[in-house]
Amino acid sequence: MVFNAQTNNEITSKATHHKHDAIKISVKDLSAYFGKTKVLKNISMTILEKRVLAIIGPSGCGKSTFLRSLNRMHEVVGGTITGSIIFDGEDIMKQDPVYLRRKIGMVFQKPNPFPTMSIFNNVIAGLKLNGFHNKKALAEIVEKSLIQAALWDEVKDILHKSGADISGGQQQRLCIARTIAINPEVILMDEPASALDPLSTTKIEELIFELKKDYTIVIVTHNMQQAARVSDFTTFFYMGELIEYSETKKMFVAPAKKQTEDYITGRFG
Amino acid sequence: MEIKSYKGKFTFIRRRTTNVVMLSVSFLAAIITIAPLILIFYYTISKGIANLNINFFTKLPTPVGESGGGMVNAIIGTLILIAIGGGIGIPVGILSGVYLSEFGKNKFGAIVRFFADVLSGIPSIVVGVVAYTLVVIPMRHFSALAGGIALAILMIPTITRTTEEMIKLVPQSYREAGLALGIPKWKITVLIVLKTAWKGIATGILLGLSRAAGETAPLLFTSLGNRFWSTNIFQPIASLTVYIYQYASSPFKDWNDQAWTAALVLIILISLLSLVFRIITRSKYRT
Repeated sequence: MVFNAQTNNEITSKATHHKHDAIKISVKDLSAYFGKTKVLKNISMTILEKRVLAIIGPSGCGKSTFLRSLNRMHEVVGGTITGSIIFDGEDIMKQDPVYLRRKIGMVFQKPNPFPTMSIFNNVIAGLKLNGFHNKKALAEIVEKSLIQAALWDEVKDILHKSGADISGGQQQRLCIARTIAINPEVILMDEPASALDPLSTTKIEELIFELKKDYTIVIVTHNMQQAARVSDFTTFFYMGELIEYSETKKMFVAPAKKQTEDYITGRFG
Repeated sequence: MEIKSYKGKFTFIRRRTTNVVMLSVSFLAAIITIAPLILIFYYTISKGIANLNINFFTKLPTPVGESGGGMVNAIIGTLILIAIGGGIGIPVGILSGVYLSEFGKNKFGAIVRFFADVLSGIPSIVVGVVAYTLVVIPMRHFSALAGGIALAILMIPTITRTTEEMIKLVPQSYREAGLALGIPKWKITVLIVLKTAWKGIATGILLGLSRAAGETAPLLFTSLGNRFWSTNIFQPIASLTVYIYQYASSPFKDWNDQAWTAALVLIILISLLSLVFRIITRSKYRT
């Protein structure tokens, strides 16, 4: 495991050097637990600013736990972590999770707009519930966020309708708009398209491509083609360990590890 | 062959007879279930409607032998008692329900849950005696406040358990969505979870209030009753249920008639309460 961590550092630092990118999040020796069960084993990696990082791996390999560790959602369900996650030079465990989550937003697997709120209010839920009430500014943010989430044209005439009254694909884009509205720096996506039809999936993927101009994105996906299409970097997790981390192009053409190759060619998982 | 077909025919008749008998029995049981309600409506309306006039809602009760008069003091009294009971019972019930669902996954939570369930099964007259001991004796006189407290004790378990169950039905994913947006937990509980569960909670409140409005036994020990106009919560206060009890068991015919009218008014009051709840919980968004 120690061996793994070292090689990973080496790989990521090479990648970093190659791209001349700024490091947004740096994870060192991260282990995550549910009670005494260790679900993530000594993960180290860097996440680069305004790039898309895809995390792939079979079910139960710790992808989602890793993602949820980044915005401290892992502890909400009673999990614990060891090691450090440095976000913009600061250890996230020393920050207030409420403020941290405004900077590191999250989109979930199943679209979860608030059914008691209108589409309009769903977009600004994060702002309004935190005491921001300037009506004019809010209206602008709603329009801007929905445009950015590629949903504006479809919902601009039904903004008063419930957030649960639109299709699943639209709901997921609404959730993305809701996340963008609080102006985060990083967006975490936990299999954002796995509950959607192919057309909606395409829309979400195009959206991710647009969003990386402004945001750092980490996406967990079961779909290898999706990882290949949307991401700049890909990392492969297996049994709670980081097996490989490299540029997506390289990962899918010439994976360094046998396990990675077996997984992406569909020989297991 | 002959015997066989005879047997077959016999089986068919026996089955058909059993079917008819059982169907009739269950139909009869269903009739018995709804009959009391129909009878209640029939009797209260037919016997109570005669005295249901403007005087009943505007005049005080008259002394025995003097006809006319109304029960304005009892109508207002019942409303005050429900307001005191609800004023105490609703917040306590909702907050303890929130506690149980959001923080009650421990031993203390299990104990509270068990006690709430036991409390909801305690006869209301016992609650009346307890309120008598706790409030009436120290204050040295009967009061609306004591009655309201007794009613609150009766409402709390219903509201607590309904709130808990309704909050538990709110999907975890809404809470997570709120947390991921950087919203503090208390705001998520109040503005997202309670808002989503509100309709169900309102039903629990309505059940609690309706039950309280119809209680008589605990009021006999606490608010006592009052033949005069009083809105002072530290003094005995009239209520429709106590009037129904006293007037219906009195030997005077005009009092008996007024008891029916009071019963009718009580039913109307509870129906109105239910209607008001329907209106205020109506929302264009599904929950």
